[in-house]
Amino acid sequence: MFPDFANPAEWLPWAFASLMGFSILVYVVLDGFDLGVGILFPLADDVEKDKMIGSIGPFWDANETWLVLAVGLLLVAFPTAHGMILTALYLPVFIMLIGLILRGVAFEFRAKAHAKHKRLWNNLFFAGSTLTALSQGFMLGLYIMGLEQTLATYAFGALTAVALAVGYSFIGATWLIHKAEGGLQLKAVQWAKESLWGIIIGIGAVSLATPLVSTRIFDRWLDFPNAFYLAPIPIISLVLVVVLWRMIRQMPFENDARSWLPFAVSTAIFALAYIGLAYSFYPYVVPEQLTIYEAAAAPESLMIILVGACFVVPTIAGYSLLAYYIFRGKATALRYD
Amino acid sequence: MEALDTLMLSRIQFAANISFHILFPTITIALGWVLFFFRVRFAQTSDEKWMNAYRFWVKIFALSFAMGVVSGITMSFQFGTNWPGFMETVGNIAGPLLAYEVMTAFFLEAVFIGIMLFGFSRVPGWLHMLATFLVAFGTTMSAFWIIVLNSWMHTPQGFEMVDGVAFATNWWEIIFNPSMPYRFAHMMIASFLTVAFLIAGVSALRRLMGDGSREVKTMLKTGLVLGAMLIPAQIYVGDLHGLNTKVYQPAKVAAMEGNWETGTNVPLILFALPNEETRSNDYEIGIPGLASLILTHSWDGEVVGLNEFVEEDGTVMHPPVAPVFWSFRTMVGTGMAMLAMSWLGVFLMWKRRRMHDASTTKHWLAVEGLPKVMLYALVPMAFSGWVATLAGWYTTEIGRQPWLVNGVVTTAEAVAQVPAGMVAGTLVGYLVAYAALLFAYISVIVYLARKAARGDDGRAIDMEHSGKAQVAALQPAE
Repeated sequence: MFPDFANPAEWLPWAFASLMGFSILVYVVLDGFDLGVGILFPLADDVEKDKMIGSIGPFWDANETWLVLAVGLLLVAFPTAHGMILTALYLPVFIMLIGLILRGVAFEFRAKAHAKHKRLWNNLFFAGSTLTALSQGFMLGLYIMGLEQTLATYAFGALTAVALAVGYSFIGATWLIHKAEGGLQLKAVQWAKESLWGIIIGIGAVSLATPLVSTRIFDRWLDFPNAFYLAPIPIISLVLVVVLWRMIRQMPFENDARSWLPFAVSTAIFALAYIGLAYSFYPYVVPEQLTIYEAAAAPESLMIILVGACFVVPTIAGYSLLAYYIFRGKATALRYD
Repeated sequence: MEALDTLMLSRIQFAANISFHILFPTITIALGWVLFFFRVRFAQTSDEKWMNAYRFWVKIFALSFAMGVVSGITMSFQFGTNWPGFMETVGNIAGPLLAYEVMTAFFLEAVFIGIMLFGFSRVPGWLHMLATFLVAFGTTMSAFWIIVLNSWMHTPQGFEMVDGVAFATNWWEIIFNPSMPYRFAHMMIASFLTVAFLIAGVSALRRLMGDGSREVKTMLKTGLVLGAMLIPAQIYVGDLHGLNTKVYQPAKVAAMEGNWETGTNVPLILFALPNEETRSNDYEIGIPGLASLILTHSWDGEVVGLNEFVEEDGTVMHPPVAPVFWSFRTMVGTGMAMLAMSWLGVFLMWKRRRMHDASTTKHWLAVEGLPKVMLYALVPMAFSGWVATLAGWYTTEIGRQPWLVNGVVTTAEAVAQVPAGMVAGTLVGYLVAYAALLFAYISVIVYLARKAARGDDGRAIDMEHSGKAQVAALQPAE
């Protein structure tokens, strides 16, 4: 599981795979709630819509940048894999990009365009968020299926697409439970209750499918003693889902206590599922075809990036936290003054 | 005419994406600094007009920024979907440069733009000013890193090839490659010129709509003076850049000049239709010897022609001539129009400086000196920076063909082997989306200008009387 830390050609790819994995996880959670808020958009009335936008407005841009960092790391650290994966996923990538474009610009246009066009931009904001979530879920499914393109893998991709979109709405709803108050908060609680199944089906389907696709992954999870050490991952996930379900049924609590807890717990569930997935595929970056060690760029080039990353990534984390701190508390409609 | 195969379609698709993308950074790079200037002036003078100018342009900045971010994400994916051979060959060099762009620039601007846009009443004044500064700084850093990589693709050095893969040997040489300083300076000034004319054009429009506010006058002055100051600098830097290109990419310069045969006393061609079939120019009109003079600073200097770049087996290793030739002329022509407009504008404002409203104090320039016809002429110049910038980039990038990285890897070697139909289909999708967004973007700028001209610049949107208000707003200024 761990590389030889004396040999740069071994530990550098490992470090970059970890860094890339971390970026993807941060992206999934952070832009996950932005996209989720977008998917839930049509369910809210006009005043609530402005507040929903207000709850993600100062953050979405930086959240999306984690995707750029993740793809950037794939590009720079594992260039061959970047080409292989993205050419195989040519069409879903195109759909995701169109979705991201629509979501990002609709965000600005809806606030600035003529009022009679606001509805159009609202719809495009929803459409962009949904397209992005669906295509990301579809890509996840195809990736798990080893990037094979058959009817069966497409069907699985369709399942993960829907599951991820619903999963994003769930984490979006938990974000709104924290950032909203009054009627919108009650709605968010309702949305969270109704979309929790997305997480269960999504994680369930992926957990069942991955070992079935590859005997390597099957053995890795079910051989003794590995199975014993790994058991906490599914068990804790299950416990957290139950906790979440019971908690949301009683929310909001008096004085808005612990409104942040559902979001924190869902983040933990996403993280556990993600760690499980990473464990399944390691050391492959293109499933069953190319390992991170085979795909890695020259150690000298990786070293140059890593040195910078050691200084820059903590700084990014620092000022990101500053932004979240400045815009803490309940969301209001956004104003420029 | 090349067939529309996967290579050609991938090139068109990437060109469409990167052309759409560069429109917005071109605005945000300089507009960030102009906003910082407005913000500092407000802090210094407490004069409301600076804050009004800031508030108006920060909206256009936010819009442009979002357009730039989302179209930029497309780029980072298309390296993989369209040009896998690029990273496989030169990934060891392009990788760290791109990584540093993401790490030092993207996050900086993306985080602080939230504070810059929505934090005015939430954070202390100094922090808001700092956020504005950091966003401007971030956009400039981003431009720096990407220009470093782009310049390296034109003038690569500081690396060695092992088994067909580039390995870095000297990062200092890679970053400060021969064309980088010229390209970076040329692009930065291009960005400032684009913003100068955008501000002048939109402010002229607002004045024509009857906006007599002080901030419009200030902005009009800011735009024209900035343009008039920078255009000579741009011509000078452009000339230096051209001389640099002549040393490192002579085929590009030959295509820019439409010069087929190596020779002395080469004419500067004003008009021609370059013909790749006959390898000569049709309908050529030129000034004898002037190209030699410009490129070598001597009437009988030798200038290399395109025919030097045909290999013995007939393979053409120079760029397609007509697009480079015409893009270059479009850029220079637009630059000349900018020169004429900005200098004329400043001269008129200076000549009538006594017309200034506040005639008690000494003023060097009076916006009142600009006749209406001048304002009408400035409006279409609002996006002249886009035309010149795109034409310039087409000159240099098409001029790099057939190479992807000059002398290292060709575009054909790097292209992804995906079905042409898929590239064509997605290309149409992108083009439709981009056309619609461009239309929406320009419409919204016009709409914001109209709203501001009505004095209805707050966040409250009252559209019930928009029809009437438009008619009223289009009355003459005085």
